[in-house]
Amino acid sequence: MIDPNLFQLVCFYAFSAVTVLAALSVILLRNSVHAVLALVLTFFSTACVWLLAEAEFLAIALIVVYVGAVMVLFLFVVMMLDIKQEQVREGFIRYLPVGLVVALVMLVEMLALIGVRAMHAVSMGADPAAAAGVSNTAWLGTALYTQYLLPFEVAALILTVGVIAAVALTLRHRTGSRHQSAGQQVGIDPSRRVRVVKMAAVRAEEPEAVQEETRT
Amino acid sequence: MGEQILNQVVWPLLHIVAIVLPLVLAVAMFVYWERKVIGWMHVRMGPNKVGPLGLLQAFADVVKLLLKEVILPTNANRFLYYLAPLLALVPALAAWSVIPFGDRLVLANVNAGLLYLLAMTSLGVYGIILAGWASNSRYALLGAMRSAAQVISYELAMGLCLVCVLVLAGSLNLTDIVHAQAGGKGLFDWFWLPLLPVFVVYFISGVAETNRAPFDVAEGESEIVAGFHVEYSGSAFALFFLAEYANMILVSFLASVLFLGGWLSPFPASWGWLGQGSFLWLLAKAFAFAFLFLWFRASFPRYRYDQIMRLGWKVFIPITIVWVLVAGCMKYFGWVSVGTGV
Repeated sequence: MIDPNLFQLVCFYAFSAVTVLAALSVILLRNSVHAVLALVLTFFSTACVWLLAEAEFLAIALIVVYVGAVMVLFLFVVMMLDIKQEQVREGFIRYLPVGLVVALVMLVEMLALIGVRAMHAVSMGADPAAAAGVSNTAWLGTALYTQYLLPFEVAALILTVGVIAAVALTLRHRTGSRHQSAGQQVGIDPSRRVRVVKMAAVRAEEPEAVQEETRT
Repeated sequence: MGEQILNQVVWPLLHIVAIVLPLVLAVAMFVYWERKVIGWMHVRMGPNKVGPLGLLQAFADVVKLLLKEVILPTNANRFLYYLAPLLALVPALAAWSVIPFGDRLVLANVNAGLLYLLAMTSLGVYGIILAGWASNSRYALLGAMRSAAQVISYELAMGLCLVCVLVLAGSLNLTDIVHAQAGGKGLFDWFWLPLLPVFVVYFISGVAETNRAPFDVAEGESEIVAGFHVEYSGSAFALFFLAEYANMILVSFLASVLFLGGWLSPFPASWGWLGQGSFLWLLAKAFAFAFLFLWFRASFPRYRYDQIMRLGWKVFIPITIVWVLVAGCMKYFGWVSVGTGV
C-alpha cells in the first residue's frame, strides 16, 4: 500500500530537486540556448510544485505566460545572438562577490517572509477556497473581481500604459517606406482593372504555326 | 496492493492506449484522405496503387519512413536535434487527455481543462524552434523564426476566443462547457450562434497555430524548402508529421467541443433517437472541420508574412476583445440561455 502523503512528499522533493538543478544549470551552462532551456525547465518544475500545493491556476498561468510566450520570445532572441562562449565566462570571478551579496540579501528577505508567515499561520486559517468548497481558480477569480477589483484594474491600467510606452519608444517612422493599404486593395472596382476588347476573328497566315501555339 | 496498482496504473494506461492508438490510426487515414481530397480537387486520382483504393498508402509511407536512416547534419546540436521531435509530439498527445468524447467519457475530467489545453498547445512551439536551431541550417532557422512569431501572435487571439467561451459557460471544465450548450433547440443552443465571429476567428487561428496552408510560411516549400524540419529524415521526420496531424485533429475536436456542442445532437431532444447525444455526433463534427483544413489547403494561396501578422494583430485580436465585452453583456443581461438542458 502506497501512502498518498508519503508519495506527495517524495514528488515535492523530486520536483524541487529538478527546479534547483535546472536553476543552477541556467548560470553554469556554457551554451546560452541550453541555459534558456534550463530556465524553461525551472519554470516547468516550479509549476509542478505549485500544482502539488493545489494552486492549479497559478501553475498553469506560469506555463501559459512564461513557458508558452515569454520564454519563446527569449529563446527567439538568444538564438539570433552569436555569443562567443569565452567572453561570457570572462567576468565570472569578478562579478561573483556582487552575485553573492544579491543572493544573501534575497535569502534574508525570503527567510523574513517565511518567519512572518509562520507567526501569522494561526491567524490566516485554512485554505479559503477549500473552505468555500469551490476550485482554486473560481475562488481566485471571485476574490480578484470583487474584493480586489480596484487594485486589479489599476494594475491592468499600468500594464496597458507600459505596453503603449514600449511601442512608442521603439516605433520609428522611416521616410520613403512603402505600405500596402489592404482596404484599398479589397475595395477596387473590378470593372476598371480588366477591359474586355471585342475583336473580329481573323484567319491566321500560317495555319500550322497557329496550331503549334495553341497546343502549348 | 494489487487492486490499487490495477486502479491507479493499469486502467489509466489502458485508457491512454485507447485514445492514442485510434488517434495514430486516424492520422494515417487522415493523410490518405488529404491526398485523395486534394487529388479530386485538382482533378487527379490521388493514391490508388497500394491496397484497395490506395487505402494502404499511408501505412506504406510509415514503413518507408521508419526504415530510412536518420541523418544528423554536420555541426548540429545532437541532443537538441533528437529532442525536438519529441517536444513537438508530446504536447500534441498530452492535450488529448482532457477532451470529452461523450458524457463521462473523458480520460481526465479536470476543472482547469481549458487552461491546461492552452498550456499544452503553447508548448508545441518549442519542438519547432529547437528543430530549426539545432539543425544548423539557414532554411530551418528561418522556418523556426517564422513559426515562432506566427504561433505567438495567433495564440493571443485563440486565448481571447477561449475567454469568450468560458464567460458564457461559466466553467473551465470541458464537460461542463458542453453541458452549458445543451437545450431544447438543438443546434441553436450551441455557442456558435452567440459567438459567431469568435467561432470563425478560433478556427482560422487554429489553422495558423498548426502551421497549415494558407498559413504555412514556416514550411513554405517554394521559399525555404521545408522550413524547420528540412534536415530531418526517417522516423524523426515521421514524429513531426504525426505531431502536426494530431494537432490538426485536436483543433477540429476542440472547435466541435467549444462551439458546436461536442457530443450533443444537432436536433431537438424530442426527435427520438436522432435527438440523443452520441460520440458519433462529435466524430462527424470533427470530421467536417478536418475536411475544412484540406479544403483550405487546396483552395488558398499562401499568405505573405506581413499579411499573416496584420490579420492576427490588427483584425483578429480587436474582434475577439470586442466580443469578450459582448459575451460579458450577453451573460450579465441574460440574452442567451446557458445550460437549460441535461
